[in-house]
Amino acid sequence: MTKPFWIRFVGNARVLIGLIWLALVIVGALAAPWIAPLDPFAISGQPFVRPLDGFAFGTDSLGRSVWSGLVHGARTTLLIAVIATLGAVAFGGLVGAVSGFYGGRTDNVLMRVTEFFQTIPSFIFAILLVAVLSPSATSVVIAIATVSWPPIARIVRGEVMSLRSREFVQAAVTLGEEDFVILFRQILPNALSPLIVTGSLLVATAILTESALSFLGLGAPNFMSWGFMIGAGRSFLRDAWWLVATPGIAILLTVLSINLVGEGLNDALNPRLRTP
Amino acid sequence: MRGMRLVRFILTRLLQAVPVVLGVVVLNFLLLQLAPGDAATVLAGEAGGAPAEYIEQLRARFGLDKPVLVQLGLYLKNILFLDLGFSFRNNSPVLGLILDRLWPTLLLMGATLVISVGGGVLLGVVAAIGVRTWRDHLISVAAVIAYATPLFWVGLMLILVFSIRLDWFPTSGMEDVVAFHEGWARVVDIAHHLVLPTITLSLFYLALYTRLMRATVLEQRGAEYATTARAKGLTERAITMRHVLRNALLPVVTMAGVQVGALLGGSVVVETVFAWPGLGQLAFQSLFARDFNLLLGIFFLSACLVVIVNIVVDVIYVLLDPRIRVGSST
Repeated sequence: MTKPFWIRFVGNARVLIGLIWLALVIVGALAAPWIAPLDPFAISGQPFVRPLDGFAFGTDSLGRSVWSGLVHGARTTLLIAVIATLGAVAFGGLVGAVSGFYGGRTDNVLMRVTEFFQTIPSFIFAILLVAVLSPSATSVVIAIATVSWPPIARIVRGEVMSLRSREFVQAAVTLGEEDFVILFRQILPNALSPLIVTGSLLVATAILTESALSFLGLGAPNFMSWGFMIGAGRSFLRDAWWLVATPGIAILLTVLSINLVGEGLNDALNPRLRTP
Repeated sequence: MRGMRLVRFILTRLLQAVPVVLGVVVLNFLLLQLAPGDAATVLAGEAGGAPAEYIEQLRARFGLDKPVLVQLGLYLKNILFLDLGFSFRNNSPVLGLILDRLWPTLLLMGATLVISVGGGVLLGVVAAIGVRTWRDHLISVAAVIAYATPLFWVGLMLILVFSIRLDWFPTSGMEDVVAFHEGWARVVDIAHHLVLPTITLSLFYLALYTRLMRATVLEQRGAEYATTARAKGLTERAITMRHVLRNALLPVVTMAGVQVGALLGGSVVVETVFAWPGLGQLAFQSLFARDFNLLLGIFFLSACLVVIVNIVVDVIYVLLDPRIRVGSST
């Protein structure tokens, strides 16, 4: 029954579909200047051109190409979501590792702080952060990372706590290795799989948060993004529904794919804890 | 005895909430320090510019020329007396503005909680009873999709289909202001306006609770008490309905409590889409007016709301599950 990891992972039809869509989005995002040469902010035709009428996805109220917006938007949205998640994983991982490794008072204080950040309404806090730091790509990344690290901290803490009493860690302690070295060389590599699963699911949440922020007009200015396209198109819902529908479907499919892949990773990495 | 212990439990929980509320106040203060400009420059800007001496005078009047720690003390004192500051844009105290908008948000959140928890429990049980049948697959696939859909987009699509094309529901607002409905007619009117925003906000949580409920029912059906009931000769349906359901409800209640903060965040987006006159829309408006006092006030009160709801959920939890002894849960 112990098939190799890759077979178990890709053999799952849902994971495969997710991976294919994600690959398309990533390739699209990387190749944006070539497959969508029109500037997403430039006026490239008549306003409100219907889809398939010269423009694959039509044009918006100012005559900007929706296709260019979608492709360049994939770039912005993915980049911001991935960087924010990396930030959250790094920070949450550090807090969780220190908390679980040292225990005692350090653990108590850090966990209170983590709980605090889990209690406050996170999206409103993210809005506040972006508003105070004034909207920019950096402030959106900071805001998303700030509201998404607590779950990572909790998971890493739990893993580190259970691993640090294990024999191989005790052996390293006896050998007189530095705490830092033990954490990074011995403990973290063994705590990697839940971290990868949670991190990948966090990217999906980050995409949703980024879209909601840019829908409200708090996204990075001068970067086309899917949420911004929906926000800009909503006034023309009655006459030009495709302006809202297409970017929304792009968000939906991408988030869905990441969730499917994340769950597949979970099943493949922890075969005993299959999601029922 | 039980009543006394419950009161003590609630008091302890309230005491534990104090650091959280204080933390939010300090956080608010720090954000206010980070924000470009202060109350004096904002006020001067509102007046269309002012000489530098006048701005200095204003600073002195608001205590903005004092050291940061003294300012923090002043801020804490003000919040303690529920003085959340003044909104210069709206020319009225922040607290009043927020309280005016509180009940539409509570209405929307209440309706959403009922629909998402009720629907989630129901769908989760249906899926779990028919595990690996078409019903289960249909519900699970729908839940996975709903789980990945941005709220604001669902709202806009619902408006497109049910308001613009079919004309079944109004596109925005909470009531038909020009109709001057009274009594029941007003209730019906508000309920009519409430349908689409509630569906929009519920969808994600409905999916969340459905998946959670399905997983816990399946897990609980393998528990020893379920095996005992099976050995007694009860049907699977009876075991699920009479024994498993109650135990499976607990994680859903916990999750519903945890999600209240997120629900408030979601309502900002949904209220913006549907022009629902609640806290979320107020937050959106204050965002664009760069009215930080108001925005921070909303953040503070919504954090308080989350704390209160969490305590209520804990109490419900204790009442639902006699195994949890109130005394020992501190």
